[in-house]
Amino acid sequence: MLRIENLHAGIEGKNILKGFNLEIKPGEVHAIMGPNGSGKSTLASVLAGRQDYEVTEGSIEFLGKDLLELSPEKRAGEGLFLAFQYPIEIAGLSTINFIKTSVNEIRKYRGQEPLDAVAFLKLMKEKMALMDIDKSLLSRSLNEGFSGGEKKRNEIFQMAMIQPKLAILDETDSGLDIDAIRIVANGVNTLRNKDNAVLVVTHYQRLLDYIIPDFVHVLYNGRIVKSGPKELALELEERGYEFIKNEISVEEEV
Amino acid sequence: MKTEIYTPERNVVDDDRTTIERTILSDYKYGFVTDIQADEAPMGLNEDTIRFISAKKNEPQWMLEWRLKAYRHWCTLAGEEPTWANVKYPPINFQDIIYYSAPKNKTNSKSLEEIDPELRRTFEKLGISLNEQKRLSGVAVDIVVDSVSIGTTFKEQLAELGIIFCSMTEAIQEHPELVKKYLSSVVPITDNYFAALNSAVFTDGSFCYIPKGVRCPMELSTYFRINAENTGQFERTLIVAEEGSYVSYLEGCTAPMRDENQLHAAVVELIALDNAEIKYSTVQNWYPGDKEGKGGIYNFVTKRGICKGNNSKISWTQVETGSAITWKYPSVILKGDNSVGEFYSVAVTNNYQQADTGTKMLHLGKNTKSRIVSKGISAGFSNNSYRGLVHVSKNAANARNFSQCDSLLLGDKCGAHTFPYIEVKNNTAVVEHEATTSKIGEDQIFYCNQRGIDTETAVALIINGFAKEVMNQLPMEFAVEAQKLLAISLEGSVG
Repeated sequence: MLRIENLHAGIEGKNILKGFNLEIKPGEVHAIMGPNGSGKSTLASVLAGRQDYEVTEGSIEFLGKDLLELSPEKRAGEGLFLAFQYPIEIAGLSTINFIKTSVNEIRKYRGQEPLDAVAFLKLMKEKMALMDIDKSLLSRSLNEGFSGGEKKRNEIFQMAMIQPKLAILDETDSGLDIDAIRIVANGVNTLRNKDNAVLVVTHYQRLLDYIIPDFVHVLYNGRIVKSGPKELALELEERGYEFIKNEISVEEEV
Repeated sequence: MKTEIYTPERNVVDDDRTTIERTILSDYKYGFVTDIQADEAPMGLNEDTIRFISAKKNEPQWMLEWRLKAYRHWCTLAGEEPTWANVKYPPINFQDIIYYSAPKNKTNSKSLEEIDPELRRTFEKLGISLNEQKRLSGVAVDIVVDSVSIGTTFKEQLAELGIIFCSMTEAIQEHPELVKKYLSSVVPITDNYFAALNSAVFTDGSFCYIPKGVRCPMELSTYFRINAENTGQFERTLIVAEEGSYVSYLEGCTAPMRDENQLHAAVVELIALDNAEIKYSTVQNWYPGDKEGKGGIYNFVTKRGICKGNNSKISWTQVETGSAITWKYPSVILKGDNSVGEFYSVAVTNNYQQADTGTKMLHLGKNTKSRIVSKGISAGFSNNSYRGLVHVSKNAANARNFSQCDSLLLGDKCGAHTFPYIEVKNNTAVVEHEATTSKIGEDQIFYCNQRGIDTETAVALIINGFAKEVMNQLPMEFAVEAQKLLAISLEGSVG
């Protein structure tokens, strides 16, 4: 589904990703972990197509297409979704109007008819129950005055409405209490199936207690330095990122 | 405005997207010229010009004298064009303007059926059907082309209720006592430079009179079209709402694209007596000039209403997207006790447009209230200023004002300015002013993009959200059109 090869990317002339490789198949959940500054957010931004980031080398193939050739909205149309670390506020634009526009723009990209009011409402009610979202939240201006937890839940609610093929969760657990993490994780797990995939980008392993990954990758200094099964996350939690750093420096000395 | 195409939408916000999509890629689409023969005054301005206009309109002597008085006053102001507004333009040569231009065939048609077919097609193209059966049943229209009104719809139906809705020319002929009583009672001929000029040379406009206790059953509207070259449009609108009456009035306007600037200097006066309410909405879309700032309309307009009676209310709503320069301050004199004045405005400037607009709320009576909501959107190299005065006089006990002035910037070459003036002479007054300035951020656009929404649609969503509070004040028939206009005006300003 997603194949990233030898990716070099950065911002404002600074190289952050230096030869990043990753392959994700349908049905898989991958977790990218790493210390601050290792390039986690850069990876999420490059995948979603943020303008300020520059790709200097490498390729990204998504569902058979060259992802780097596509504008951000086309990537969304192809089925790529990014749950933002810091969701953006737009005053005066109701959350529900925003989501309806989003859902129908993506449908349009795929050559589907827009959802009519009845079908949209039905879908919305179903997903609201899943994410424990109150109707009053949806009539408020997009993310304006939302608590940290409400913003993150709103991200996953949008993901549920859009039903992407690849969902990237960028530090979705940051700033959430344990109940909110459970709700968010429950939402993600319910949406998992054999055809879609999830990429969880996180600093801490606690979200991975609830969203169980198939693979854990450790990102350090712009590259994946270690990959393993879900137990790797626990090891990291226990021993901290220092042990990875030490392993790397030993390797480099050799 | 395409009033007959867009049936009232109850769910404007949710449905705006498709209309925006359809139109976002279009440029100013009202810029065509209709090839019609015109009956024109010689270029330039002197007393003979005024006599010519007055004679053309077959005016009574008192009207001519009133005009000449205004003209002579204007002459004393020579060289004293107002310069305090935050706009820049070369001096206007008032001798280079044609002050009267009327379509030759069937001016002032007694019946709508007699209108020149070429003109009829013009209005079909603008989306305004003169055929009453085809029109929205809720809107009566007076059509003004260049200097004259060419027809008014639904006149008979309104007359049954005692409502007078006709051109100013006709009002002077048929209802001289009302015109004499109210004309220049709110905006005196000496009020300001452009009001004096308008009084001298105004050629037409609309007149509405709502009798005591009558609630006008439909929207009244005037559509202004400048067609002829080198002409100025000087129209005069007068609305009188008698005790306990109500009227909602709309105006819309367009002009051809030309390289030369054209002057539009109108005067609008509103009078609300005891317990009366007037709601006045404007969707202004004069040609704004091209992307380099060449051409466009100078829109120098004086609009003022008086809440003359107790418990009366006047509400101005304006969506200003056109004109090279806009200079206008729809104001309310709150004379009656417990009267209410409102001003809701969205002003959009793009490319090299300049707007200096706002309001004056003059609190004279007791327990008077006013509310000002101004939303300025600037893009390109444009400049957008809010200028407002809240005045509470000595006897205006318990006056209340709330003002909210928000500016939204697109890009970093445009300007937004706020000039609020507050004068309070009574210590029981409560005056609140809030102001914000924000930019459409790349983060906001990217967030929308990531959700599959392209940049133009994203900008439209953001500005419609920003302007929502004002758009909600517009009559339903026009809200959709106004949202489209916002999107078109800002086309190409981001990305």
